[in-house]
Formats: sequence, C-alpha cells, structure tokens
Amino acid sequence: MSNKNKGSFLKPFKSLKYIGEKPVTIRVPYEERPTAERYRGFHLNDWEKCIGCGTCAEICDNEAIKMIEIPYLKEEPGKTNKRPSIDYGRCCWCGLCVDICTTGSLTMTREYTHIDEGLDSFYILPTKEGIHKVDFPLGYVADEKVNFLDLERVEMQQLTVEERITSFVEIVKGYTKEEAIKEASRCVACGLCTEVCPAHMKIPEYIQEIWEDNPYGSVENMYTENPLPGVCGRVCTHKCETVCSIGHRGEPVAIRWLKRYAVDQLSVDQIKEIAHIFEGGKKQKKVSIIGSGPSGLSCAYYLSVMGYKITIYEAKPLAGGVMRYGIPNYRLPDKALDKDIEIIQSMGVEIKTNTKVGEDITIKEIKDKSDAVFIGTGFSESRSTGIKNVDKPGCFRALDLLAKISRGEKIELQRKVVIIGGGNVAFDIARSIARLQKTEFGEVGVHLTCLEKRDEMLADEDEIEEGQEEGIVIHPGRSPKEVLLDENGKLKGLRTVKCLSIFDESGRFNPKVDELDIEDYEGTMVVEAIGQAPNYDYLGKDILDRLEIVRGRILTDEYGRTPIPWLFAGGDIVHGPDIIHGVADGHRAAQAIDEYITNEVKK
Amino acid sequence: MTRTNDEVRDYNLFIGPNHPGISGNYSVILKLRGDKIIEAKAEGGFLHRGFEKLMEERLYLQNVAIVCRICVPDPDPNEENYSRAIEEIAGIEVPIRAKYIRSMILELSRIASHLLAFGSHAGSIGLYTLPNWTISDRDRILELFEELTGGRVYHIFIIPGGVRRDLPKGFKRRVLEVVNYLESRLPEYDDLFINSKLTVKRAKGIGILSKENAIKWGATGPNLRASGVKADIRKDDPYEAYPYLDFDIPTQVEGDAYARLLVRRAEIEESIKIIRQIIENIPEGPVWNKTPNPLKWRIPKGDAYVRTESSKGEFAYYFVSDGGVRPYRVHVRGASVTHGVHILENLLVNERIEDASQIIFSLDACPPEIDR
Repeated sequence: MSNKNKGSFLKPFKSLKYIGEKPVTIRVPYEERPTAERYRGFHLNDWEKCIGCGTCAEICDNEAIKMIEIPYLKEEPGKTNKRPSIDYGRCCWCGLCVDICTTGSLTMTREYTHIDEGLDSFYILPTKEGIHKVDFPLGYVADEKVNFLDLERVEMQQLTVEERITSFVEIVKGYTKEEAIKEASRCVACGLCTEVCPAHMKIPEYIQEIWEDNPYGSVENMYTENPLPGVCGRVCTHKCETVCSIGHRGEPVAIRWLKRYAVDQLSVDQIKEIAHIFEGGKKQKKVSIIGSGPSGLSCAYYLSVMGYKITIYEAKPLAGGVMRYGIPNYRLPDKALDKDIEIIQSMGVEIKTNTKVGEDITIKEIKDKSDAVFIGTGFSESRSTGIKNVDKPGCFRALDLLAKISRGEKIELQRKVVIIGGGNVAFDIARSIARLQKTEFGEVGVHLTCLEKRDEMLADEDEIEEGQEEGIVIHPGRSPKEVLLDENGKLKGLRTVKCLSIFDESGRFNPKVDELDIEDYEGTMVVEAIGQAPNYDYLGKDILDRLEIVRGRILTDEYGRTPIPWLFAGGDIVHGPDIIHGVADGHRAAQAIDEYITNEVKK
Repeated sequence: MTRTNDEVRDYNLFIGPNHPGISGNYSVILKLRGDKIIEAKAEGGFLHRGFEKLMEERLYLQNVAIVCRICVPDPDPNEENYSRAIEEIAGIEVPIRAKYIRSMILELSRIASHLLAFGSHAGSIGLYTLPNWTISDRDRILELFEELTGGRVYHIFIIPGGVRRDLPKGFKRRVLEVVNYLESRLPEYDDLFINSKLTVKRAKGIGILSKENAIKWGATGPNLRASGVKADIRKDDPYEAYPYLDFDIPTQVEGDAYARLLVRRAEIEESIKIIRQIIENIPEGPVWNKTPNPLKWRIPKGDAYVRTESSKGEFAYYFVSDGGVRPYRVHVRGASVTHGVHILENLLVNERIEDASQIIFSLDACPPEIDR
C-alpha cells in the first residue's frame, strides 16, 4: 500500500455483492445468541455448599455483594445462616467472587438477559435455580489451577522421628517470623472460627495482628478471651481449624501454631503488661477456686481482672492440673505452662498447692472464707475396662503413669507394652512409653488397641500418624477380652476380639463383638487409657445431694451456676474434655460470679 | 448598533458531546472564521470516573476489574500494564505460556481497536458502510474473547502472576479461523474504503502532523509512525512474548490522516502475523504463578514504570507501592491525552470545518482514557 494511491471510483461498488446476503445481526428477541462455555452471566449459589463466609463480599470491588441473614437457615458449626445477595446495579461481572469462593458454591451461568421495570428485580439472592428459575448451562466456574486462596499451609518445622523418639523435647519447633506472616496471610477473616471456638477467641483479629507483624497486639486480642494462650497455642483441640473456610478447598489456616508464635515472641513482662490492661476494682471480695486446671486458672484470671481476691486450692505439688500432669512434655513443655501461670499469678492470684480439699481443708472452711466458690477439679480418675485379670500387677492406668512420667519419676518399664484405648490420652501414654523404651532398650515395643475403626479413632490425626512414625503398632477395631497370664501368674499379653459395632441402635455404648476372631498381643505391661472419671467426694454429702450429676458431669446453666447460689462449676466436670472448653467455662463462670456477688452486695 | 465584519465572521461551534461526528462523551469547541478553524479547544470531563483515586482504595486484585475500563475499545493494555507493574515491584515471575497468551490478547485487542478506528474514520467522512462491516468483524474477535475470558468487552483476564484461565479446547483453531477471515476481509476494506477515490480525496493532506511536531508534541503509536518515526515499544522495550516474535513496524512519512489510516491498515496485517506465530509456538505449561491471598497481599515498597504499545500509542503505568495492601499511587500515562488534546488542538487550526471530525478520528484518541 502506498501513499501515492490516487484512489478509484469504481472499486467501492464491489461491495454491492453483499446486497443479497443474510445479515450478520440476529433478531432479538426472536433469536437467541448462545454464549461461550466460560461466559460470566448471572450468578448461581448452591446453598447446601455455601458456608456464608462472606469472602465473595470481601473481594467484590463494587460492593455489589452483601451478606444477608436468612432466618430460616439453621446455623451450624462452620456455617452461618448468611448468604450472598447481588446487586446487579453494581455488579461488573468480573467473576472474582467465583474464583475466590472458599467452597466453590458460587458459579455463573450463561444466562445474560434480564429485563424488568422494577429496580428491585436487579437485586437478587442467587440460589441453585438461577435468576429466572430457568435452567441454563453453567458458565464461569472455579478453576483448580487458578485459585486466589492460599490453599497450602506453611509447613511447621518439627523434630524428625529420630530426633524426637529419644527425648521429651517439644516436637514442634514453631514458626519463624516470615513463616508466621505468610501463614497469617492465608486467613480470609471470615470469623467462622470465632463462632465455633468455645471461648469465642477473636481469631481473625489476632491473625491480622500477626500478619501486620505485631505480636503484642495479637496477644492483646487473645487475653480478652483466653488467659492460657501459650498452652492453647500448643495443645488446643483447635475446633477453629476444623471449620476454617480455607479447609474446604485446601488446608485450614494453622490457627493454633499462629497463636503459639505470637505468645512466644513476647517476654513474660510484656505479656504481664497486656494481662493487666483491663484490671480494675479493689480486690475486697474473695473468691475461692478448687483446682488449678484450665477452667480454674481462667476463672481466676478474669475474676482478678474484675477486682476480686482469688485463692486457688490445688492438691498436686504444682499448678496446672491436666496440663501439667496429663500432657507429655513433648507436646506441652513445662516452661510454656509456667509462663502462662506466672502471668495469672502476677494478677495477685494465690495458688495453694499441696492442699487437697477434703483432707487438708474442708469445703465448708473454704466457703466461710470466701464470697463464692468455683470448682474445676476435672476428671482425675482413670476408668477401667474391668476385663479379666486387669487388676493384676503390671496393669496400669494412663493418668497415673503420665503423672509419674511428667514428674520424671521412674516407672517399671517393660520391653513390650499393650495400650487399651484410641483417644489422645492413649497416644500420650503410648508415645511417652515409646520414648522411654527407645532410650532404655533402643527399640520401641508398643501395641495400641481400640474399639474404633481406624477412621473413627478419637485421637487427632496428627497424633496417630506421628505415633505410627515413632513405631507404635495400632490395632483398631479390637475389643479387649482378657489380660493373659503365664503359668507363674505373670503378665504375658492381651487377648482381643473383633469389635463389630460400638453403639447400639439407640446410641448407647454397647459394643458388639465377634468372639471367634481372636488376636493376642504380647506384652508384659498393660495400660488402660479408655477415659477418665471425676471424683466429687471432697464436696461432701450435703452439697452433692443438692447437685444434679448426669453421667459424671455436674449440671449447670450456661454460666456455670449450680443449684447452690455460691457454688459455680466448669471445665471437664461440666463440659469437655479439652482445655479450651475449660477456659471458656472459667471465663463465663467469672462473669456469673461477678454478677452474683454484685447482687449480694446490693441486698 | 452595527457589528464589525470580524465580529460577524468569528463564531464558536461546539462539536460534541452530542454530535454525529463525536461519540457522545467528548467535545471540541471550534472558533471559526467562515468555514476555517482559527482555534480549537478540546473539552473533556464528560467521562471522568477518577480511576487513579479509586485504585488507591482497592486491593491489588480488585483493581484488575476496573483498570480495563480506562480505555473501552482497547482495554487489555491496561490490564497488562497494571499487572506487569505489580509483578515488577513484587518480583513475580510470569509463566512463559501466560506471556504468549497475554501477547495474543494484546494483538487481538489491537486489531479490534483498529477496526473500530477504521469504522469511525469512515463514518466521519460520510462512508457509512464500512462501520457496519468493521463492527461486525470486530464482533468475531469479541467472540474469541468471550470464549477465552468469559467477557466480551471487559476481559478482566490478565492478573498479576499470569492469566486467569488456560486456553479452552480448540481455541487455537478458532483464533486461526478468525484471523484468516479478517485477512481475507482486508482487500475488501481496501476496495470499499482505503482505495476509494472519496477517501483519498478527503483524507490526503488533511491534519498533517510533521515529524518534528510529532516528536515535539509527544505523539506515539500509529500517529507517530505515520509521521515517519519508526518507534514501537514492542521492539524498543520488549515485554511479554514480543522478544520471541518476528514482526515489522509499518511506517508512513506524510503524517496526514490518510497516512495514519495506512499505518493502521498495515498494523492489522502485522498483528495477524504475530498471532499466527503465537498459535504455532505457544509453549505448554502453567498460566499463572500463585500470588498470595488477595485479601492480605502486600507488595514490597517501591515503584515501577511500565510501558505497553497499545493501539492508541504508548500506554504506561507509574505504580508506587508503600508496602501496603493497596496501591499508594497509580498514575496512568495514556496515549490519548497527547493525541486527543494537545495535538488535536494544534492540528485543527487552519483546517476547514468539514474535516474537523475526520482529524479527530484519524488520531484515534479514546475519550474515556483522556478523562479516566
């Protein structure tokens, strides 16, 4: 083509050849133009899948998406009753909401026409049915390859099997600053975790602070709900992580490890400063607490924040309860626990150790000295299977052994040990024994048997996997039959039969077994770890008669109030069995105690 | 009272915003003496949306959905520029396949935009058949976009780290079909429009932008190349997959409206050449490198100036990050401000009133981008 072109009069007339052609346009609305497979048309939302996390509303750059509460939808753990509504006066069909949807419930169809006089009709609540309840094929849907969410967790550095099997050093090494910030950045701050956390910790807030590299602010956000963040950062049952919205398409945010990180960054003095921020009152009224476990310590902290003088009675030589004597050091080192307790003590809380209520002091004496009493004595007695020969020497209960091991006392260690039970306590004792065996004999010989099938086992998946790595042999779905003795009457193993089902039709514990399917496990030591029971003897008959006890637990209202006005209860003896429930109970009971005492004073 | 001759002869004429020769969102105020323009004043502001400020309030990913709106006919250089600025500051590698896909999108977008420019140029001199042709041919490209990205006009497809989706099945074949079709249409455009005596008569020698003035006034893109300067960012400062692609830079020397038309006509051919190479050589692999959770994504402190050769000329983003989750400042250097305001005001002087529309459209300025 050149600019020397003079142009032609005739050439344009060539286009006359199109005069008889069919037009390229279509006759709307008589004809419809089908759209491409990926077309970003009107939204669909599968309400079954949608968890109401609101991440779509967060990413929407036009604020077209608002979360609407649907009153008739049931709220479940990890699922709110909110669903996204879309204002098509604002929507720009960018599809970012679809790409970021945590569950993949939000999609777009290929439908693209909506004509209506009413403005309201452009404001819709997408369901599975589509804007006009007409079936259109799906258009733009989430793609596995381009997922805006960070689905992979920052891996936690841990001791290797070889490193950990011979010592009780904490397995988890903790996040570095960079790792913690990266992990914190995965959070979409939906807040489903806060709902499900028994203590309702402000998880999105403290994760945000970690992400902003402000561990101090993060711990500030923890102490309003939980005075044991150092402990919970290590051994919490993390209900939060099971409902984490990121967990639907990937691995949940490591909320527990983030908490651990934040607390570990601060010195004791810094945390003390935080713990004292909300302190008030004159500490004239007295409250006594029996048991220095999670619920007792939590109640003590919040009451002293509100201005009460607190005395805790603890039977054992050191405070901490199950956290000290039940959980092995490789999961919860003493120094983390000591740090949390030291901070609570700095509030002026007095902990009287070696003081067993019922022996060293009576409940009546305690009552007379104080305005209210909180009991959080936990499940301190181990249950027994009651099978044949289980009372013979060489058979142990898990809690007794764990307490000894954690205090560094010697136990009669055997080369071959059989554990009965499939919960976390069973793994605690199995792994503790494995460590001792490896140190003493150079090899691990632990068999663990439980009623539950492998995928129904109650212990955390991490525990099971790490236990297996450490050499523990698991025999799930077996019911213990009898402890086997040799001709001299010494222990030689455990006989089990196959367990067919654990609960009967009405949901009661009633295992069905196949007596013919027998397996014997060799062992000169048998440990029962099938659960714990409370002991209320210290309360005395008068009080016990007035309490209602169902399946070992004291019936209280939501705030730990018992039928006796001055007596409050919490922790494992009310809910459980985990630390975070105890912390929550203690906090709520503290509020109830404050209310009770304030009202008493008014009278 | 009687008026002097000068007062009677000089009068103001508003071209736009409601005028057949202007697209409804821009206007030029002409001061006329008889039918001769003695002064022109570009009047924008009808389409101001404040994008640069809006961007400061939005997350990095959210901005992808609005930057494309800066230039409606050629939206993709915005997305590409914006993403590349972030990639440069944050040090994000883009997969090579994504680079090819991006280049293909940019070239398709260039053709679509040039087709529109043809149509409006023809319309401005009263040849109304060509706009119908180019708009329907452009639709074929939009259909490709729809298939690839899910959107027809605004694609919101190029994101920091790559692109949002891989090519659909059979897409390469359909791209080839479309470019083959477009190539077969070019001779027909020539017959109907470019070689038409009417066009030649009307466009030659009109709105001459000399080489010196083009450089002095900051012309870029096809307008600069039509004045005899061989400059193209794709060659001078290569980005995306352009270093691996072979293409020429068409130029003309006259600098008039007709020369600009010819440059655009030749660029379509070059773009078709580029797209064919991409289809042939596009490597396999991922299309996106993972970026952090967009709700909590901070990019390091720093700034970047990135340039793209858009269909309108040099498109650039100056991007400043203060290390936060939102841009501290994004400045858009659009080609249309120079073309549609400064150069236009100068070129219109001493032209006749009937050529005003043609000069406006031969510069192919994009009003939404002038206002932003």
